Amino acid sequence: MSSCCNTETVDLPIEPRVPGRIRTVALVGPPNSGKSTLFNRLTGLRQKVANYPGVTVEQRVGKLSGIDRSDLTLIDLPGIYGLDTYSEDARVAVDVLRGEMPGTPVPDAILLVLDSLHLRRQLMLAAPVLALGLPTLILLNMSDLMEARGGHIDTLALAKELGVPVAKISATRGTGLDSINHFLNRKAEPDTPAAANTIELPVLGNARSYRQWATGISTRTKYKAPVSNQTTKRIDHVLLHRVWGPLIFLAVVFAVFQVVFSIGQPLSDAFSDVLNTLGDRVAPLLGHGWLESLAIDGVWRGVASVLVFLPQILLLFLFIGVLEDSGYLARAALIADRVMRSIGLNGKAFIPLLSAYACAVPAIMATRTIENKRDRFATILVTPFMTCSARLPIYMLMIAAFIPNKPLLGDLLGMRAAVMMSLYVLGFLAALGTARLLKSSILKASSAPFILELPQYRLPTVRSLGLRLMDRGKVFMRQAGTVILAVTLVLWILSHVPFHATLDTSFIGRLGHFIEPAIRPLGFNWKIGIGLLTSVAAREVIVGTLGTLYGADPATQSLGLQAALRHDLTLGGAMALVIFFAFALQCTSTLAIVRRETNSWKWPALQFVYMGCLAYVASLATNQIILHFIR
Amino acid sequence: MVAIALSSFFGAETEDDFDLSGTWKLSLLSELPIGTTGVVESLDLPGEIQHQLMHMGFVPEARITVVRRAPAGDPTVYSIDGFEVALRRDTAQAIQVREYQTK
Repeated sequence: MSSCCNTETVDLPIEPRVPGRIRTVALVGPPNSGKSTLFNRLTGLRQKVANYPGVTVEQRVGKLSGIDRSDLTLIDLPGIYGLDTYSEDARVAVDVLRGEMPGTPVPDAILLVLDSLHLRRQLMLAAPVLALGLPTLILLNMSDLMEARGGHIDTLALAKELGVPVAKISATRGTGLDSINHFLNRKAEPDTPAAANTIELPVLGNARSYRQWATGISTRTKYKAPVSNQTTKRIDHVLLHRVWGPLIFLAVVFAVFQVVFSIGQPLSDAFSDVLNTLGDRVAPLLGHGWLESLAIDGVWRGVASVLVFLPQILLLFLFIGVLEDSGYLARAALIADRVMRSIGLNGKAFIPLLSAYACAVPAIMATRTIENKRDRFATILVTPFMTCSARLPIYMLMIAAFIPNKPLLGDLLGMRAAVMMSLYVLGFLAALGTARLLKSSILKASSAPFILELPQYRLPTVRSLGLRLMDRGKVFMRQAGTVILAVTLVLWILSHVPFHATLDTSFIGRLGHFIEPAIRPLGFNWKIGIGLLTSVAAREVIVGTLGTLYGADPATQSLGLQAALRHDLTLGGAMALVIFFAFALQCTSTLAIVRRETNSWKWPALQFVYMGCLAYVASLATNQIILHFIR
Repeated sequence: MVAIALSSFFGAETEDDFDLSGTWKLSLLSELPIGTTGVVESLDLPGEIQHQLMHMGFVPEARITVVRRAPAGDPTVYSIDGFEVALRRDTAQAIQVREYQTK
């Protein structure tokens, strides 16, 4: 369905391990050391990377085609600090390494990725990993940065100390990667003596002895840490300032909405013109019969009415990408910790909540970094309240149709952007309120500690942002070309049977009129009712549905979708509709992922019913208030 | 006194420009003012959290500097081994540090 996280799947070889033969290679390392960036380099795949610890929460598999070894399989694992497990994501990594992950064999070799900027601490992980006794290559990532900042390490001495090969690389730039090829070719020859048993390792499981060991090694290998980055400190001085910090945070949010409107809307209008012209050009070629009606009034109108929101969605993703790649997201979690604590959640829960502005599916998976299970479930249950990008089309459509484009604070904030922002705030408040409710009832637990690593700021690269936008654009277009296309096709057919029926007496019209009494008090007509039904598949489907239904109605056929809606709905009904979408859980992908992550149908069912009831009551109130007090 | 001997031993190996020869007193990490550096003496936290913190570098004899507080006054950002990590006050209260008096 709407998947925000489709990756190619590669089958893992399942026969038992043969010493000396390599088929699967695992990427291991501490959080945020650049494993996924390297994975993408080595496999040519595009797994999500960003600048904060805990981006990868499950194992990902790909062929090593980036270095011409497609015969080998590479496994990317979530970051770990040690082999003792605390959170769900770390458990995945440890289970794979210990061979306790069903369906995944113990890897034949390990690429241990360490951030060379903080090598003294990162080396602590080398002790338990080397103790596994698997062929290992140590990759000192970001070595270009380390050297540029005056750091130094004697890799030969380090290799000697650890008894395994060591190479300096830069995953971002792609330098030093031939060392991986050399390593794999050499290890593929049989009779290579297993390393690791010739060197002295510290007492296992004891962090203190790991540290002494790591400190000793870094001294003997002449490791000189790079001068600490003053830029990050200086930026934080402002961004985490007592007064400026929260203000800047709000200003950033503000700017996002304003830009989505002031730049996104004209782009979207222009795109809409292009799509309509295209439709008009093609129409005469189809003659004037049912074929034209099906292709243009039905399918094209339906699909195009959703497609026009592509520019706004891409803009939103651009902003989210900048926030994630720069390292600001972790700061936002720090600023929000106080608020999160007051509702009984951890500041860490703020990171999944913020990324849910893009899509709830990856956000729900990101909750695996939350150590406490009850906290994690509470976060999963409230995440769908966050305004995801699939709500953007219906919000934009209704706001553009019903809210006048008046300035509110001069040129800084328009009325439309203000309404849009209130909807985002509403979703956020609903999430907080529900979390509070859950944490004080069925998911009560003592507060979990907050341990958050703050990454150094990095300038997002054009390449990484471009790839994100391209991937997102593809997902959106694919959705329009499959789900929305299919729904509009079926709708057009149902609105034209039985033959010679008018829209009202057609099959779909009768179904709509049948459910109309239930939604009339909300200010909705039967067409909206059909939209509510179809959008259970995915939220953006409602826009396509409305496009098709209004296109099939002779009274509104010649009008644009916005004008058709104004002709048919009151302000109360329009606002009630967006409120309904703010609360209701209309997304099969979300239900499926919640089922998977909580391992029970109980939670998604509870969530669906709770959010549905809330949506109904809130839209009823909205419509009645506007009807009686504003008009 | 054993503690002092130990710390000067590790001090030679770890970081620079920090004088460990002076007198010190025990404090809680949460009580250190911004900008000061202490040396971890002991941690007293529930098992898993203690484990995680230790693997992140919060082990006895590690040097820790108070960098800044979050806008709301809590959590606080600490610097340890050149990276920054934020802890809430209740966690920092469970970490004892040696605070050195500057001469």
